[in-house]
Amino acid sequence: MAYDKFNILTSSAVPLPIENVDTDQIIPARFLKATERKGFGDNLFRDWRYNSDDTPKEQFVLNNPIYSGKILVGGKNFGSGSSREHAAWAVYDYGFRCVVSSFFADIFRNNCLNIGVLPVQVSPEFLDKIFKAIEADPKTELEINLPEQKITILASGESESFEINDYKKGNMLNGFDDIDYLLNIQEDIEKYAENTPL
Amino acid sequence: MSKTLFDKVWDSHVVKHIENGPDVLFIDRHLVHEVTSPVAFLGLKNRGIKVLYPERTFATADHNTPTRNQHLPVKDPLSANQLRALEENANAHGIPYWGLGHEKNGIVHVIGPENGITLPGATIVCGDSHTSTHGAFGAIAFGIGTSEVEMVLSTQCIMQPKPKSLRININGELSKAVTPKDVALFIISKLTTSGATGYFAEYAGDVFKNMSMEGRMTVCNLSIEMGARGGMIAPDETTFEYIKEREYTPKGKDWDAAMEYWSTLYSDKNAQFDKELTFEASEIEPMITFGTNPGMGIGISEDIPLAESIEGSPATYKKSLEYMDYNEGEAMVGKPIDFVFLGSCTNGRIEDFRAFASIIKGRKKADNVTAWLVPGSHKVEAAIKEEGILDILTEAGFELREPGCSACLAMNDDKIPAGKYAVSTSNRNFEGRQGPGARTLLASPLVAAAAAVTGKVTDPRELMQEEVLA
Repeated sequence: MAYDKFNILTSSAVPLPIENVDTDQIIPARFLKATERKGFGDNLFRDWRYNSDDTPKEQFVLNNPIYSGKILVGGKNFGSGSSREHAAWAVYDYGFRCVVSSFFADIFRNNCLNIGVLPVQVSPEFLDKIFKAIEADPKTELEINLPEQKITILASGESESFEINDYKKGNMLNGFDDIDYLLNIQEDIEKYAENTPL
Repeated sequence: MSKTLFDKVWDSHVVKHIENGPDVLFIDRHLVHEVTSPVAFLGLKNRGIKVLYPERTFATADHNTPTRNQHLPVKDPLSANQLRALEENANAHGIPYWGLGHEKNGIVHVIGPENGITLPGATIVCGDSHTSTHGAFGAIAFGIGTSEVEMVLSTQCIMQPKPKSLRININGELSKAVTPKDVALFIISKLTTSGATGYFAEYAGDVFKNMSMEGRMTVCNLSIEMGARGGMIAPDETTFEYIKEREYTPKGKDWDAAMEYWSTLYSDKNAQFDKELTFEASEIEPMITFGTNPGMGIGISEDIPLAESIEGSPATYKKSLEYMDYNEGEAMVGKPIDFVFLGSCTNGRIEDFRAFASIIKGRKKADNVTAWLVPGSHKVEAAIKEEGILDILTEAGFELREPGCSACLAMNDDKIPAGKYAVSTSNRNFEGRQGPGARTLLASPLVAAAAAVTGKVTDPRELMQEEVLA
């Protein structure tokens, strides 16, 4: 599925300063029973967000109206655990287009890149600055500049560069996906397969 | 040039390298289950394409299936719908499908090796992070997301940058009651859940050389829990002996040709790893977790660490203990428990049931414990019956369920109730993993058995000593 193009995103951000946020928290397994990619945002962080009787947990950040925006800022080792892409879908479907952390789990990072959510890895020090800036002003804006690979806290002007390989960057900028690429080299693949016994 | 085992397998599967980008990696075998595949099949439909190599693709139902009355229609309409979707998709694309009731049905990472689908030197993927299990055979095996499932269905390739290499050496002899599960939980406790992120691990040394295939699968299965994409062990006689004559393994001349290739699969003497770690087998005792990620494990005789002694955020650590309703400095031994779960792709194989039975034999299940014993496949279930293990279980007051992922991720009815403690042989103790509010203590089948008969966290060595004295 081709996805939205990503260029420069300027938005306030939602802070989640917890480490090792695993994909079972992002979306619990009991919500993985759909056969279509629809409605996962409703269950994003389900058990942190709602009580067992489905009333909202007021202290959880997604239920706090002072925080909003298209950027989710998480603690170190964000997205560990299960490979469920549903976690990335839930993040996207809720309205986030970018997740910032000082460290991402591999599969979650790949899943995000494959659906058009940009994972931005910053230094622990810069992550701390972002959390402090949001704490001081929940409406503080971040600018994610993909062409320049730069993240900026607009109020203070502090910025840091981030890594992304050229291929994935091109995909994100143009809204291409890997299958488009692979279908174009199918001849090479078939040639390889001919020489590879089962 | 000297190469690692991982280099040899990876490099030979690269169809194309993209400069400052990923490798296009050819996938030999693709395992598919009901939860992470429907959206991928929908993607193929939208593009108007078919599965490129259905003969390299195998489908089973395991994640959301009931573990009782599998001969009846699945009650949960959403699960039933997902199972139906997989069956229809498999049929539409000519993929072998081993659904509920099929003699080859079981957990995807149990049935792959069992049927000889898992082979040394192969690349194997599945939309499930515990695909790392298959690395036990010297395969490169790892979990992928649904977009990648769609890629493999449609092109038999994925696009990923080559991970860094890590070797974990453990030499010496394991102490009594220390199982492969304890070895893995020990490693994860040392590395933390993110310590191997970005790496692909190779396990080497006496401990892994002397380990059975079942044990190697348990260790490789848990590689993802330290953040690694996967883990692998060089194939040897133990490996070849295990795979020989299984349904999908090569036969006759093909076997000889394969053996020639497989015998080259080891890390060369001077191969360089990006990172190398070494531990002694004698350092490891039976392990148990006390927190909400698999890195939060200790030797069963130890106390819960103090927050000040922990690397990482104290707030996160305290939140975790609060969820468990434990305090720092407390002993784990003696803690009351409510449930025991034996099963999963980590510990749902015949050796795990043998180990469990060795402790409970001649004892009775504690009255306060509800036990769910779930074989990893129908073949495991059959072996449990054939070997007389079922009789031992029944006599001790236990019941055997039907195969599936079950309480490992609680997608079916097997949910641990909120606030209850479960000693579980599965792989994740995340908040709510085994049911909303459930509290999980990860451990080996021996520790699970000791808890099942005493109703509390118990060092299995105590029960084994009694046996020796008797």
